[in-house]
Amino acid sequence: MAEHEPISMKQFIQILVCLFISFQYYGKQLQVGLNKEFTSIKKAIEVADNNDTVYVYSGHYKEGNIVIKKSIKLIGKGLPILDGEKKGEVLSIKANYVLVSGFKIQKSGFASLNDPCGVKVYDSHHVIIERNIFDDNFFGIYLQYSKHCVVKNNKLTAYAVEEQQIGNGIHCWKSDSLQIIGNKVKGHRDGIYFEFVTNSVIWRNIATDNIRYGLHFMFSHSDSYISNIFRNNGAGVAVMFTKGVKMFHNTFEENWGDAAYGLMLKEISDSHIIGNTFKRNTTGIYMEGTNRILVERNKFESNGWGMKVQASCMDNIITNNNLIGNTFDISTNGSLVLNTFNSNYWDKYEGYDLNKDNVGDVPFHPLSIFSIIVEKNPPAMLLFRSFMVTLLDKSEKMMPSLTPENFIDNTPLMRSLDL
Amino acid sequence: MNRIIKFIILDILKNKIVLIYTLILAVLSWSVFSLEDNSTKGILTLLNVILLTVPLVSVIFSTIYLYNSSEFIELLLSQPVNRVKIWRSLFFGLVISLILSFSIGVGIPLMMYAPSNVGFMMLAVGICITTVFVAIAFFSSIITRDKAKGIGIAIMLWLFFALLFDGIVLFLLFQLADYPIEKMMVGITALNPIDLARILILLHLDVSAMMGYTGAIFKEFFGTSLGIIVAFLVLLLWTVTPYLISLVKFKNKDL
Repeated sequence: MAEHEPISMKQFIQILVCLFISFQYYGKQLQVGLNKEFTSIKKAIEVADNNDTVYVYSGHYKEGNIVIKKSIKLIGKGLPILDGEKKGEVLSIKANYVLVSGFKIQKSGFASLNDPCGVKVYDSHHVIIERNIFDDNFFGIYLQYSKHCVVKNNKLTAYAVEEQQIGNGIHCWKSDSLQIIGNKVKGHRDGIYFEFVTNSVIWRNIATDNIRYGLHFMFSHSDSYISNIFRNNGAGVAVMFTKGVKMFHNTFEENWGDAAYGLMLKEISDSHIIGNTFKRNTTGIYMEGTNRILVERNKFESNGWGMKVQASCMDNIITNNNLIGNTFDISTNGSLVLNTFNSNYWDKYEGYDLNKDNVGDVPFHPLSIFSIIVEKNPPAMLLFRSFMVTLLDKSEKMMPSLTPENFIDNTPLMRSLDL
Repeated sequence: MNRIIKFIILDILKNKIVLIYTLILAVLSWSVFSLEDNSTKGILTLLNVILLTVPLVSVIFSTIYLYNSSEFIELLLSQPVNRVKIWRSLFFGLVISLILSFSIGVGIPLMMYAPSNVGFMMLAVGICITTVFVAIAFFSSIITRDKAKGIGIAIMLWLFFALLFDGIVLFLLFQLADYPIEKMMVGITALNPIDLARILILLHLDVSAMMGYTGAIFKEFFGTSLGIIVAFLVLLLWTVTPYLISLVKFKNKDL
């Protein structure tokens, strides 16, 4: 029948209409720039309809607050600069399916009431913000009540001096299903901040030199943090009041200070911390009120304290980790131990392995008495590595009296794990 | 003066104990570094050597040497030589020979395996500790004519600085735990040259742990170049004071 005949006129028109509709779907292209159709971004956005693309060519645009209320693509060519001139917000997105890419967004205003940002997304979904450079903004990227948004490969820099005078790099609030990927945040208050954000992924970001936390999240359930680097932030990384956290292959480095932690866990439960590296922090992991966490296959190297597991923690499993070159491997603040510490490699272990199964035959007490003394009486740190203290430590290891007896690794490994 | 120092150094070399001391330090240092794959562990072992062995050997060897050379000193005094000159030559002769043996025994392996800030600091601190304990030996040997008593005082002083002092400090720390004593503790360390030496090395060795709250206070003081200079000045004071006391006593002593 019909399939053997050449296409009829009717069918031809149908195809044409389909093509036309699909063309319509991609929308118009509007050009903004010197000697272009438009010279003002605001004008171009005003003229644009949903699904249009606005190309902005290089130049210095000082247009105050640009508001996007249509589903358009705003694409910068040759890194055009959007300058807030320290007055209010630079770019506000109040529509779904918006793409912002290729801009240098700088100098948002400073205010403590309405948090002016480089880019702020209001109550929208499927917004993509990628390959932008943010410089000297109060908040960098701010998402509120947003869903399915992507923040990808942006570079955010700020020059914070005091905590009160700067906002966060990537700030997300009451959102769901976000993807924060490959961003570099430097010099903000918190590098990445999550509050009430669920089912999201933070992947391959680098947060360095922020004055408070590299990553800070609260009440953000079922999120994953994978392959991020948090280095030299004022107080490291703090995560609180959350369940279902997955932290894989992150690096926590050089977070120095008394209240600085590679990773601070407070009221976290049912979570996984696997394959991370903790290097040269004052404290690698600090746990308080955490329950049912699996800490597995992590590297703790050259930290002041590898882990501080407070007595308020319960049912955590710490297994198959390498603890190498830490001043103290573990410390705690009480005598109650409701966690298990089996099958780790401790470089301070001095036992033997007669049957050569790579498992030490004598249990290991990872808690040195001196770490307890220092916990109770911090100035005692002054006596560290003195002969007196070494003697105390040795005798305590033989016969634990002050340290909790069940703070023990029953199957310490003889060789470090290949992590 | 130079000729007396030269003579004393030759005399010390002749009795071979300093040579053996050098050899032992060298064997220890080399084995410590070649046994451990991690140079930090080697440094930790060497730290104990510097804090215990070096002061012990310095103080006891110098005390005994001083007692044994009393006849030699009397002989020199019959010559037209200044008493100050004699005492000074004895001091420098001992210090130079012991520092040489420390530098050869510990310094060379240290510079080869750990040529870092820690390494240099350990070498400097080891030299200071040697000098301080030679000075303490001069002090303890001039107090009494009785050789057994003099050596006893030297050992007691070593015991006090190496062990007892830390015990007392630990006790005080617990007694005064409710008070803000961090700053005071910095002052107290100045009372013990061994503690001072240990903290100078610690600040380079356990940087991460030292960044904690109290650590930060120590770091704030000892970590700055001013703090390091002050610490070395205090060590110098620990050398000069016992030496000067002994010098005054020696000048007025009826031999």
